[in-house]
Amino acid sequence: MKITIFDRLILLITSLLAAYQVAVGIEGVDTLPMIAYTIAFGVLLVAVLLLIILGLEVLDSPIVVIISTVIPLSLSLGLVWEHLPTWHTFYLTFAILGFLAIVITRLVQTGKAATIVLAIVHGIAGLIIAVLPIALSVMEITKPGFSLVGIGGALIGLGGLLLSFLKTGRPVLSGEMMMKVLPGLLFLMTAAFVAGFALK
Amino acid sequence: MQNILAKLQLYWPLTKSLQTGLLLSTGLAGYMSARCPVLHWTTLMGLAISLFLAISGSTVLNMWYDSDIDARMRRTAQRPLPAKQVTPKEALRLGLVLSVLGVGWAAVLSPLYALVVFSGFFFDVVVYTIWLKRRTAWSVIWGGIAGGMPILAGRVLGTGQIDSIGILLTLAVLFWIPTHILTFAMRYYNDYKAAKVPTFPSVYGFPVTRTTIAISSVLASLSIGTAGILIGMQWGFVRLLAVLSAGLLILAVASLARPSEKVNFGLFKYASLYMLAAMILLSI
Repeated sequence: MKITIFDRLILLITSLLAAYQVAVGIEGVDTLPMIAYTIAFGVLLVAVLLLIILGLEVLDSPIVVIISTVIPLSLSLGLVWEHLPTWHTFYLTFAILGFLAIVITRLVQTGKAATIVLAIVHGIAGLIIAVLPIALSVMEITKPGFSLVGIGGALIGLGGLLLSFLKTGRPVLSGEMMMKVLPGLLFLMTAAFVAGFALK
Repeated sequence: MQNILAKLQLYWPLTKSLQTGLLLSTGLAGYMSARCPVLHWTTLMGLAISLFLAISGSTVLNMWYDSDIDARMRRTAQRPLPAKQVTPKEALRLGLVLSVLGVGWAAVLSPLYALVVFSGFFFDVVVYTIWLKRRTAWSVIWGGIAGGMPILAGRVLGTGQIDSIGILLTLAVLFWIPTHILTFAMRYYNDYKAAKVPTFPSVYGFPVTRTTIAISSVLASLSIGTAGILIGMQWGFVRLLAVLSAGLLILAVASLARPSEKVNFGLFKYASLYMLAAMILLSI
């Protein structure tokens, strides 16, 4: 499917937003969450640039499932490290093992086990990004604007799952429809993240 | 007036505006890496105009000298010279006038800066185009050195000397050039073969060329990153540069592991974007 000029423009703005977030970083965070956020927005930036350069066909690559997991995993790791100190070790272990499990199941088999692993890891990471910022805002630990990160999390969870199920041969949306909504979804998600972290 | 506009329209493609623009951006970045925030706008304008003239001049002279090659290659057969829209004499005159104006303007700004600009012109037109391009695939190194001169020139105009950062920036462009040119040589392999121009893919094969591209991408990223840190680039920009460098390396490795025409051309485009982004980051 050919990428339209409008989609290119949307993706270009998305890449600029991701580049901005990498460059400005997140204020007042430790080294590990900073690395995690940089990886998340960095992968997003490079992925969007590759979409612009190579077109939406790049999504046919089997590596997309792995890449689309890095973003929510590293973002959720950053959030947990920043706001849930007692969960540090557990979540870091989960993130590393979860990522490895996805890589191994993707490379070794693409059957039911791969889908289950993917759904569990994506689901947990997505839930954390969606729920934690909103909960922190409601409890007035962070400013209300931080809840936008949660909205971005809901969008990334939705996009990631739709893309993953499409890649595993169990599409919820058709491939063509997915390609139509993806640039807009990526833009809204990135804008929500950047605004949320700025308003923290 | 209409005649002049029509001529300009014919001459403009002879300057390869995108390539010239990219090299010009490296020159501006070299200057701003030493003098940012820019307080001397007249010097910056002088740098931009003299570099534009010198780079355009040498590009036109390349086109003039290589018009026989261009006529044999499908990709370039429609350029103004092989398509006979511009006569060789006209192109030679235009190239010489632009080059003399560029180097002359550079001499007014600073003799050392003019020397570097002239070196770029000399390496590009004499060493690369006239002497080596038709003889050896290794001519790409000399094309790379010529390509590295604008950024060194900009740095020299900013600092008044050739310093280690200027050399590092030159190396960064030199190492980036193979990523840019060799991916292009692979894409238009048959064209270059038909024109009997030796390239890395035709002499050493595609796998060696891809390995060369991957290695030169690593070296280019390291050189730009080190130069950025030495310049005192803000950590946020270093992070961003590291991310963009990682993208370049991933694509270079992907073209080694899963070679395809699409990945190859993607690498070519990404490398151009990477260089432009790196230059902007060095300038801020």
